[in-house]
Amino acid sequence: MNHWIVAPIVLPAILAPFIIMVLRYHLDLQRIFSVAGVVGLLGIALTVTAQAMGGDIQVYELGNWPAPFGIVLVLDRLSAMMVLLTALLALPIVLYAIASGWDDRGKHFHALFHFQLMGVCGAFLTGDAFNLFVFFEVLLIASYGLMTHGGGAVRLKAGVQYVTYNLLGSTLFLFALGTIYSVTGTLNMADLAVRVADIPPEDTALLRVGAVLLLLVFCIKAAVLPLHFWLPASYANAPLPVAALFAIMTKVGAYSILRVYTLAFGPDVAVTEGLIGDWLQPAALLTLAIGAIGILGTQHIARMVAFCAIASMGTLLIAISLFTPGATAAALYYIYHSTLATALLFLVADLVMQRQSGAIAPKPPMPQSGLISALFFVGAIALAGMPPLSGFIGKLLVLDAARDAPDANAIWAVILIGSFVTIVGLARAGTMIFWKSHDAQVPPPEDEAEPAPAPAPEPQPGLAFTSIFGAVLGLVLLTIFAGPALGYARKTAEQLFSPDAYITAVLGRDE
Amino acid sequence: MEALVASAVGVLTAAGIFLILRRRTFPVILGLSLLTYAVNVFLFATGRLALDAPAVLNKYKDVPYTDPLPQALVLTAIVISFGMTAVIVMIALSAYLSSKDDHIDMTAQDSVDAPGEDA
Repeated sequence: MNHWIVAPIVLPAILAPFIIMVLRYHLDLQRIFSVAGVVGLLGIALTVTAQAMGGDIQVYELGNWPAPFGIVLVLDRLSAMMVLLTALLALPIVLYAIASGWDDRGKHFHALFHFQLMGVCGAFLTGDAFNLFVFFEVLLIASYGLMTHGGGAVRLKAGVQYVTYNLLGSTLFLFALGTIYSVTGTLNMADLAVRVADIPPEDTALLRVGAVLLLLVFCIKAAVLPLHFWLPASYANAPLPVAALFAIMTKVGAYSILRVYTLAFGPDVAVTEGLIGDWLQPAALLTLAIGAIGILGTQHIARMVAFCAIASMGTLLIAISLFTPGATAAALYYIYHSTLATALLFLVADLVMQRQSGAIAPKPPMPQSGLISALFFVGAIALAGMPPLSGFIGKLLVLDAARDAPDANAIWAVILIGSFVTIVGLARAGTMIFWKSHDAQVPPPEDEAEPAPAPAPEPQPGLAFTSIFGAVLGLVLLTIFAGPALGYARKTAEQLFSPDAYITAVLGRDE
Repeated sequence: MEALVASAVGVLTAAGIFLILRRRTFPVILGLSLLTYAVNVFLFATGRLALDAPAVLNKYKDVPYTDPLPQALVLTAIVISFGMTAVIVMIALSAYLSSKDDHIDMTAQDSVDAPGEDA
């Protein structure tokens, strides 16, 4: 067996307890080990991606129990590229968290960070539905700690809401898995695909209930309307570097939809034929619309970026809900783009909020305003989908893939108008925060008013900017190498839409 | 037997959903606990209900057995929900102690000023 497959889970799983137990009083050592761990994860992710590039699907049987009796990890092109994305995202965020001093404002930031990475990587690699639930819980329980990192009354209140909502989601997940198990008698995804195809059509009512419940769970994670309520309050009140990391968590929901509904309840399976796409597509269109309106309407920069995350999930799920190989390839390219762009904007929002309040209103100028506004500009261009950055290519691909869809008119209208509203909203925010501050009508800060608490000085502003430029570099590379990236995405989509290879690899026989 | 288990799951779920729609954190956490009990009983039943049967196969003679997998699933689910309940109790307590208010909803003022506070 190829032990590299389990390495993305094992490395953070060992590192996080090590940080808690051995390094808990040594912040400097924590930082060194944490960055080294993320770099190591990136190396592992590159290795497994190189291995998956050939197109072989590799299986890792935990405890050497053969599938479907034991839990398997499966490395195919999709899981490899998602693990790589996780590592690529984690590196600038951990550097930024160190540079901005966020990891010093509470305890155990680095340990929780690595537990979160472990859960995310595990969710991407597992080939078992119940194990997917377990890894969801791992990443959620770490995210509860990260979300309330640094404390404060409002953040804790938002944390209570976030935990409550996700506990409900977990309960629903268990109901869905129980329903599916009671019909099929298995929770291994490949075995599930075989069994679901064999069930006679008149016995499928319960299975359809299970499939829709599972979709609901993934939609909660992916913040699809009308299940998106948790996202703005949670992300805006979380420490913003953590919110940047959470950009990958919504993608875990999108990944799960893609995995389960191409493999087990695929588009060719009679049980769920049309069921998923028909529901998902209008919801995704509404998600994009609400996200765009939210960007335009909100009064706070962190909430605005949270709505950007919702809008980009809308675009992504429109592409996924088409369930064609071309649209899925577009979605995979867009996943990379939207994760990096959302994280970039969250980090820029944190730069703003380190210096002044986050309200979108004319305010006195802040230090390094020029550099920050340039970064905001880059992030806004990327997220709104304007040329020359990768957002433009991503949206173009989605539009192109939707051309032959039955609802092409609606999709084109919503994406184009949504992008326009997003541009207006981001331009308004940028103008208010960065330009109006130089307006003569804004009163200078009054000295006689009670002195505002001095903004926490950044220990290493250079590193903070460097890490953000790293995220920008990622977007630029994604634009320049759009051809190879898209080629990889196309082959991944082909692999996803011929699930027989996956089933054969996992179960080791042709059925 | 089936009716009894089904109605137990139904009543627990209904009570749980009623409670999580309350406005204060304590009933909401109680409701979440009831929901996790409901889902645990439900998971037990997914392997079909079998009375007085061991959870092991007997290779020498054909005796009734109960499906062991749901029991393993329930065990995992119980541990996770137990831990999660402990976490939410702690977060809710610290939210209550720091804001002197145990309402679960956030006021408009909270959500606008929120992230700026610790800038």
